[in-house]
Amino acid sequence: MTKLRVNGIEVEIEEGASLLEAAQHLGIEIPTLCFHPGLSAYGACRLCVVELGDGRLVSACTYPAQEGLRVRTHSPRVMRARRMLIELLLSICPSSKRLQDLAAEHQVERVRFAVRDERCILCGLCVRMCAEQMMARAIGFVNRGYRRRITTPFDLRSEVCRRCGGCLYICPVCEARCQGVEAPSAVCGSCMTPAPTCPPVYEDLACYMGAAGECGTCVGGPRTLDSHSPTVAGRRVRV
Amino acid sequence: MRVRTLEQLRALEHELRATRDRKPCVRVCGGTGCRARGSEDVLGRFRAVLESEGLADAVEVKFTGCHGFCERGPLVSLAPQEVFYQGVEVDDVPAIVTQTLARGAVIERLLAQDPITGKRVRQEQEIPFYRRQQRIVLRFNGVIDPTDIREYIALGGYRALGDVLTHRTPEEVIEIIERSGLRGRGGAGFPTGKKWRLARAAPGSIKYVICNGDEGDPGAFMDRSLLEGNPHGVIEGMIIGAYAVGATRGIIYVREEYPLAVRTLQIALAQAREYGFLGEAIFDSAFSFDIEIVRGAGAFVAGEETALIAAVEGRVSEPRQRPPYPVQRGVWGHPTVINNVETWANVPIILERGPEWFARLGTATSKGTKIFSLVGKVANTGLVEIPMGMTLRELVEEIGGGALPQREIKAVQIGGPSGGCLPKALFDLPIDYESLTEAGAMMGSGGLIVMDDRTCMVDVARYFMDFLRDESCGKCLPCREGTQRMYELLTAMCEGRATDADLDLLEELAQVVKETSLCGLGQTAPNPVLTTLRYFRSEYEAHIRQKRCPAGVCKALIRYVINAERCTGCVACVQPCPQHAISGQLKQPHVIDQERCIKCGICHEVCQFGAVEIV
Amino acid sequence: MQEIEAIIERYGAQRRHVISILQDIQAQFHYLPKDALMEVAARVRIPLIELYSIATFYNCFSLLPRGEHIIKVCLGTACHLKGGTRLVEALERELGVREGEMTPDGRFSFETVRCVGACALAPLVLIDERYYPKMTQRKMTQVLARLRRPRPTAEAER
Repeated sequence: MTKLRVNGIEVEIEEGASLLEAAQHLGIEIPTLCFHPGLSAYGACRLCVVELGDGRLVSACTYPAQEGLRVRTHSPRVMRARRMLIELLLSICPSSKRLQDLAAEHQVERVRFAVRDERCILCGLCVRMCAEQMMARAIGFVNRGYRRRITTPFDLRSEVCRRCGGCLYICPVCEARCQGVEAPSAVCGSCMTPAPTCPPVYEDLACYMGAAGECGTCVGGPRTLDSHSPTVAGRRVRV
Repeated sequence: MRVRTLEQLRALEHELRATRDRKPCVRVCGGTGCRARGSEDVLGRFRAVLESEGLADAVEVKFTGCHGFCERGPLVSLAPQEVFYQGVEVDDVPAIVTQTLARGAVIERLLAQDPITGKRVRQEQEIPFYRRQQRIVLRFNGVIDPTDIREYIALGGYRALGDVLTHRTPEEVIEIIERSGLRGRGGAGFPTGKKWRLARAAPGSIKYVICNGDEGDPGAFMDRSLLEGNPHGVIEGMIIGAYAVGATRGIIYVREEYPLAVRTLQIALAQAREYGFLGEAIFDSAFSFDIEIVRGAGAFVAGEETALIAAVEGRVSEPRQRPPYPVQRGVWGHPTVINNVETWANVPIILERGPEWFARLGTATSKGTKIFSLVGKVANTGLVEIPMGMTLRELVEEIGGGALPQREIKAVQIGGPSGGCLPKALFDLPIDYESLTEAGAMMGSGGLIVMDDRTCMVDVARYFMDFLRDESCGKCLPCREGTQRMYELLTAMCEGRATDADLDLLEELAQVVKETSLCGLGQTAPNPVLTTLRYFRSEYEAHIRQKRCPAGVCKALIRYVINAERCTGCVACVQPCPQHAISGQLKQPHVIDQERCIKCGICHEVCQFGAVEIV
Repeated sequence: MQEIEAIIERYGAQRRHVISILQDIQAQFHYLPKDALMEVAARVRIPLIELYSIATFYNCFSLLPRGEHIIKVCLGTACHLKGGTRLVEALERELGVREGEMTPDGRFSFETVRCVGACALAPLVLIDERYYPKMTQRKMTQVLARLRRPRPTAEAER
């Protein structure tokens, strides 16, 4: 067992456990994107960076707990870093509800980079899911640097892919599309409204009933819900 | 023949030295630079002429490793006359044989000239380029044939190894290296003795030592010259290190862009095995060790320790989080010591001459010498070795010979894409790890690029960002996306499309990339941007606010104009222009049609009268 | 394929040798044919996607066939400062293709590389692994003209 301090609070944890686990043990939530408890830690998104006593920022999901370590999970430098990382993420993939939520939680209100509307943030969860959980290894990373992407060998139909859908399931950005984003802004901001807009329309808060992003009432703008709007899962939605 | 004891080695050394000293010798530089300029043909001609003069048995002719003064190649030195010739062409060879070799008469025009007095000097040591250096690690470059182990032995090679295996314990060796103060020459400057001590203490019966010959910094060719010019110096260092650390296997990782280095190493390793310096029971001790070569496949990031390990293991060169450090868990989980080529080359020297001798060179915190590739906008380009602590000014002005004609030196870039640009105002800084880091740059592996008033610092930052966004492994977000975005911002500045807000954004982004990237590549990627912003902010502001490139480099912000007063109307520039944009009759001043001009610069290249100006 | 088998045998069918194996295939065929990659993956028993990752990650591998003459312009720092980019632009104009591409007649492939380690003689261009130091746009034009002459063995002089 090793003893360390997280945000000033002492915690004892198994040698070799990650700082993320140590923080979770104390109930401190650190935002993550490329981490999943059922898959190996990758440390690619850097959202979970925490500040060590010597001033370095390290990814909590991969850094091992060590005796006497002092960790701060929400220091000003960490928060500044997370905000910039989220800004970068939004500039790649603005139409992801998960990323828009992260933006809302971290007060990211603008994206100053030219927006590319891609569908992948290269977190690698799908690759690890395919390799470690499904043992298929049908997809992986190709190329390097800014040309890096995820695909099958030669971009051809894979013979080892079993169409299990695990990659779709685990993807943090393609699970739910945010419907509020309109050009030119990459930040929708509607999820930041303190007063949810669905209660006047529906019986209950729609997001928490599993229809996150589907009901469309909180999506800002002049569009209205009326009898011509199509329905999804029994509810009217904007298109 | 197998050398089993130190006495046997000494005897062999004496015998070989006596033999080699009997014959005069022609040493042709076989470094890549000189080969590119025809030194292979020069060597061939020497052999042919000596053959036809009946002197083939009387005079030895050989290729040596890079002799350093690349600007003046092809280089030929003669022993024992101690004459140093530069710019030797194939047609000069007969004269050298009949005059210098046969009669001892020097050929004046092939001698170097003292830049101040204009006098011709005969010996290498009299040339300022060489005089101010301290060539210790490079002492055999330009002297020995790297493909013949006997030449290395004749000059005392493998003596240090023999001494270590006969008289010293591994602990003692580590202590000697610690006392010497040797620090890693790959860039970070980590104390070598400390690294070895950690590896020795790590549990495990299988350990590795690796020589990092990836040398990815563009503008650097120190390691290449060592591997090609004195491979045994590196090999001997690795064997000693392996003994100290308790390693059984060694790997030399060479980047694939250096096929000559790979070939030279293969020959050297085979010879070392033949003589018993590698293999079982070296020097009849209990220590067995061998080295294999692993070739890189073209990735700058492979120079990073954990990425290099991945490449050795047959995977993509993706770095991983440290701890655990390679000395604890490295190649296939075994404790691994990774040191740079130059670091290994220093080891036998330290063991032979003693740590106190080594510690007297250099400064209090940076001991020994450092090899630099002095390139760029400077008169004397080449490979130099200087004691730590020499000032940048002395290196650039005295050894480098100062600026090119009509130009003014503005800055030096040290440390490659991880380093930084230091302005002329800081040229009195001593070259040591701490001073350079404090100024925002980094010692790096030794690439030192001189820049003058025709170098645009914004363009330099953009160049490095272009390099880094391509070389980034792409694993972590801040590096992959951050370098791309920094590149986009810098491109906008070079094209006159940026605003002040973009400058703020660049700085903010650079800071986050530096702090959150997973490995050294990303963590140091913003350095070129941050140092140029720190010292050359006015250039950035000129690009942004005035849409002007003061150095006359950024194509979108410059124009090529013909100065009517200087133009002689020779029409030399008219035909080569790919856009047919230049008009003008013979003897009349020519004019460039700005609408058609694509600013390729060919007219500027061709004009002999300096009439084409960049405004 | 027999040749592929021979190359694999040279090193041993183990994962740690795949990079060397691929380098030898690249040297022999001047690129990595798809069938070769599939055979290596099968023989060495590593997932095809992992081999494909390696083949696309490193600079020295090409998945597309390359031309008869391979022109490499060095864009190391010293070469960049001394006009390397201009040489790239000149080649793009002369050959009519972008860097990384091959001319339609298959005669020239043109790439950029990052530092060949002869920095004192910048800017460098390598043509078929032969070094041309202190290159200029004019010299480049002359060398290309010589290479283009329809002789079976075009000798490029320095």
